Amino acid sequence: MNNGARNNYLLEGLRRLGSVALFLLQLLAQSLPAFARPDLLLKQIYNAGARSLIIIMLSGLFVGMVLGLQGYDLLQRFGSEEALGTAAALGLLRELAPVITALLFAGRAGTALTSEIGLMRATDQLTAMEIMAVDPLRYVAAPRFLGGLIAMPLLTAIFSVIGLYGAQLVGVQLMGVDKGVFWSQTQGSVGLHDISEGMVKSVVFGVACSLIAVHEGYHSEPTAEGVGLATTRTVVASSVMILLLDYVLTAAFL
Amino acid sequence: MRANRTLEIGTGLFVLLGFAALLFLTTQLPASGLKLGGAKAGYHVTAEFDDVGDLRVGSPVTMSGVRLGEVSAIRFDPKSFKAVVTMRIDPQYNQIPEDSFASIQTQGLLGGKYIGLSPGGSDTFLKNGSHIDQTQSAIVLESLINKFFANYASSRGSGEGSAGDGQGKPTDNSGKAESHK
Repeated sequence: MNNGARNNYLLEGLRRLGSVALFLLQLLAQSLPAFARPDLLLKQIYNAGARSLIIIMLSGLFVGMVLGLQGYDLLQRFGSEEALGTAAALGLLRELAPVITALLFAGRAGTALTSEIGLMRATDQLTAMEIMAVDPLRYVAAPRFLGGLIAMPLLTAIFSVIGLYGAQLVGVQLMGVDKGVFWSQTQGSVGLHDISEGMVKSVVFGVACSLIAVHEGYHSEPTAEGVGLATTRTVVASSVMILLLDYVLTAAFL
Repeated sequence: MRANRTLEIGTGLFVLLGFAALLFLTTQLPASGLKLGGAKAGYHVTAEFDDVGDLRVGSPVTMSGVRLGEVSAIRFDPKSFKAVVTMRIDPQYNQIPEDSFASIQTQGLLGGKYIGLSPGGSDTFLKNGSHIDQTQSAIVLESLINKFFANYASSRGSGEGSAGDGQGKPTDNSGKAESHK
């Protein structure tokens, strides 16, 4: 009995993994055709990206400011508060900006995607499209997937820049680190590879978050409860995936 | 139509901001990137150093601990084998004696380098294009440690020969204090 239940969990997990992988292949196959309808794509970039701007910028500012405070407090114990710019820039570019942007994205845009598609499923809109020989994967799922994928690196870049200015605000204006030193130390230690590390991370997170959100919505139970559950699963699975992938990617880059 | 218009404007704004941020990160952050931002007002003076350590463009130029300007360029002179540092000094500090002394100093123990000016006694002042003749190079920690150990070894050698452990101990202690730095 116990053994059987465990087998069921295992099988269910395997099935889910396989269905996500298959779904990714289907989405990728439909991605090029989706560019033939730029209006649909534009709407999704707006939903996923432009409407996340305020929360991303606000979070970036405060994360940067906290980094400035904490970094200053830590570094001045070693008498090297000039390294604040380096610490803030590398911390933001390589770790904090991609990860926090992705977590916010999963909460802000991922849930919206899941519940929207889930509700379409629950109200038989997807079935109706299939009956009319309109592929819902191409017209519903693929634009949303691509929209998230395109929005994520841009949001991450914005987060980084705002965060850096937040750190500068606290470090230079409040704590009295020299402004020239802050920027020259930053420029001396940041290389293009640090920026590309953050960008690669954000693209991978973009794929993971959008894929999970669209998949959960597309395959949700067609009930009110099912849509709610799918939305919850999106947030949980996305967050865990982001942190897990972050470790793997960091290990690969170092 | 109207909703479509705001959507397009919003998306345009977002994409523009995103690419502007990317552009900023890739061009302004790495030292190798091209620098935008207009030249600031002030006048430029040059000085030659044997060794600039990790002095960088943007490092501050100070006198009595007050910031007067910053390093605007560092280049290598292949004839004299010295580093030529160009400094931009804020226009309001236009009465710095011409024979002032420039030395490269360190902020904190491991911090960045900066140029400290100490005033000379001349009645003529530094102006745009002036050259500071008296300079002192950056102190490189490794060479300092090397020098210390060389001294330590020779003093220990002579100490053991004449007085033994009694004299050896104090130098040993100071040696530990120094190496902890």
